[in-house]
Amino acid sequence: MTDDAPDLRRLRGDAPARNHDARTIAALTANPGCSRRGLLDAAGVDKQAVADHLGFAPRFGQSQFAITRGNSFEAQVKADGCAALLALLRGDLGLDVPAVTSADLAPRGEGRAARHAETRRALGRALSVGGGALLDHPMLVLDIAGRPAYLEPDVLALQLAGRLHVVEIKSFAVVDGQAEPEQVAAAARQAAVYVLALRRLVAELGHDPQRVAHDVFLVCPQNFSNRPVATPLDVRPQLAVLERQLTRLTRVDAILGELPDELSFALDDALPESVRAVEARYAPECLSSCEMAFFCREEARACGATGSLGRALRDDLGGVESVEAALALAAGAADVPPELAETAERLRLAARLRGEALGTAG
Amino acid sequence: MSALTALARLEAVAARRARPLATVRHCHLSATPLVVIPLRLAGEAGAPLAVMLGGARDEPVLLAVPQPRNRDLRFAFAAELGKVLLEYVEASRGVAEDLGPSKDGEDRVRYTGAPQLVLPNTGGVAFLRLLGRSTRFRRTEGEHAVEPAVPALGRWLTWFAERRDRPGSSLTLALTEALRLHWATGQSSVEDANLAALLGWIDPPDGLDGPAAATIAEDPARTPPAGPATDPKFDNDVLAPAIAAFDEGADGAGERVREALRTQLAPTWELCWRALDLLAALPEGASVAGRWERDRDAFTHFHQTFAEGVPQARRDSAVGAARRLHRLERAQESYEAQRAFDDPLVMAEYRLEGLAFGGTVTEADPERLDESGKRPKLRPRLRVATEDPLRLEPGATVCDAARPKVKGKIVEYGAGEVLVELTGGLGKKLTPEPGTVPEAGARVVFTSVTEGSFGPARFPEHEETPWTHGGPPAEYVPDARDAGEAWS
Repeated sequence: MTDDAPDLRRLRGDAPARNHDARTIAALTANPGCSRRGLLDAAGVDKQAVADHLGFAPRFGQSQFAITRGNSFEAQVKADGCAALLALLRGDLGLDVPAVTSADLAPRGEGRAARHAETRRALGRALSVGGGALLDHPMLVLDIAGRPAYLEPDVLALQLAGRLHVVEIKSFAVVDGQAEPEQVAAAARQAAVYVLALRRLVAELGHDPQRVAHDVFLVCPQNFSNRPVATPLDVRPQLAVLERQLTRLTRVDAILGELPDELSFALDDALPESVRAVEARYAPECLSSCEMAFFCREEARACGATGSLGRALRDDLGGVESVEAALALAAGAADVPPELAETAERLRLAARLRGEALGTAG
Repeated sequence: MSALTALARLEAVAARRARPLATVRHCHLSATPLVVIPLRLAGEAGAPLAVMLGGARDEPVLLAVPQPRNRDLRFAFAAELGKVLLEYVEASRGVAEDLGPSKDGEDRVRYTGAPQLVLPNTGGVAFLRLLGRSTRFRRTEGEHAVEPAVPALGRWLTWFAERRDRPGSSLTLALTEALRLHWATGQSSVEDANLAALLGWIDPPDGLDGPAAATIAEDPARTPPAGPATDPKFDNDVLAPAIAAFDEGADGAGERVREALRTQLAPTWELCWRALDLLAALPEGASVAGRWERDRDAFTHFHQTFAEGVPQARRDSAVGAARRLHRLERAQESYEAQRAFDDPLVMAEYRLEGLAFGGTVTEADPERLDESGKRPKLRPRLRVATEDPLRLEPGATVCDAARPKVKGKIVEYGAGEVLVELTGGLGKKLTPEPGTVPEAGARVVFTSVTEGSFGPARFPEHEETPWTHGGPPAEYVPDARDAGEAWS
């Protein structure tokens, strides 16, 4: 496997490639159909820098309080060869956890391909030997839209009784057995990506991919304390969604084929034009997961796209893409195409009822 | 979202300003609310940083924790907050009205007033719920003793949070939610969660339109977030150095933290009062007073049993959970129906769905008698011309939206005309009470929406919980482990 393809390097303007992280994974799963995001991520472009250069700085700053808390919680769980984690799995979940050999695969300056090769070796060893094994900071690769994407998950892969489990350490609290649903959902979507990448790697190594369990372990602080608590999470639904999304993605090559050969996202004067050349599919959910969101929102609003008001609204309008067109239908525009006849009738009725109730009926 | 709301949002995009979604106000507004704006420390579930609160616009009270990781300071904050809240609760209850004895002979009373907490957004409400959870089990004696105001605060906050789950309750208002019930903006629900941006669309400052005001509102440097999360840049650049100075024992460092937090809270304080003004300018819906009376009943009960009560359990028992669900579903149904009866714009949703129809009475036979049975029955008939797409079948029960007690059924429907027979709510005589049967030429709306289709709850007593549901639960007693729970 090559570390990088020349066409993608050109897109980055020779800047170093960025690996997929929790946020790009979230953006991928939240909006798989967006070509702009797909291409920028596949090329490993620094979207933060691009958005900054475009004058739409993303607001994903992290408070140092949150960073400190997250780091100290993770350090606490991982201290002494993950002693606290193993004790949790034995105690809270009643699992039979044997002695565990651990390998820290954290970066030490080598390239992505070298790190992935090391993860591959460590995993291969663990799978053949069996028994307890713990891989920290694995570097995984997942084929996304026809190109290998490097994933740098902040997770552990733990092998118990011949099965590999993804362990995610998160610093949001579980209070009386409940956590914030959005955070759990995001963690589950992320974990599913890692499970899938691990399964592909396990299969490549000639083992049964089902040795990677669909049960992941989520480790969070309990109630208002620092004490960790482990919760098993079945990510089969997220896996199914993800696999479907990945097979339906437009291939990066196809996107590239439509674009001028010299296109580049280098931070220069041509950047706005280059970014606009790649089609985006903006939805309000992008605001929480994609660095490009403010730029794309402005673009969507400028052309009066109904999608900028949310997917539910666009669906209510039966797929009418423009605000102006929808309002014209409501006002009783003539020559309505047959596929919009039903939507038009409903909008006209809504307009009449609104007018009547507000006393503005003509 | 319905096509009606969607249309209102599109109109807002075109007008560059919010458009109404209601013609009346559907929530109660207290003459003496307590505005509460909590902030929490980033990365922590239940670590309060500060709260700005008070009942007078020009006198906000600021309570702050100069070092949010310090347990003692945190409990001191909780005690202070508890005292302010308890004082407010006592001041808000007014006098006890005597309602006369109930069926089983017990004296019933209802306070003339009740507290109303006003928060900027749902995140603030969720944080108060957590703060309630982290303080209500504390004990005032023994190893982990805290001030009495701490567990009292926890029990009251928990009560407010639980009561808020009830549709139509106005004891705790989240302003973003209250505003969104009455106005549609030209932005998505994600962006509407920002109080400043939402207000920017509803009531932009002079010289700006909705989108321009919202852009300013979205920039944390110009408009600090309404909490409970703080702006990360503020955390890193201002708050962290101030807290570090406090840790080093620098002179006036506590005050420096407080003042820093004040700059983040004061703009939202102003926004909250502006939002209340906007809501107050809407005429109150007809059934709002009745729902507030239920809120006062709940408040009276909780207040009067507070002294002998114990902290609310972490989880409901099986029977308790079933009862709660039943109550909430019942409240939901009646809240939705009442809003539709109060507000033609809400009723329009049902007309759009074909569950209501509006039009003009073309023929009325108000004294028609049905003499097919032994005794004649008063069954007036109306013919209503309507353009609405009715989806109700003949025989369906409907009521008059303007007088929901007047019931009827659909006899025929076709060709833009509905024949309705009135069956009840007309008085006891063989001629209808004046004003119950619409005359020819009147505009009417009939609907199948009703409140009260849920019967009374029929659940076993706790001690008779069936084995399928775990059998009778052990009596709930908060224990010392709860009281000593870590709060770090």
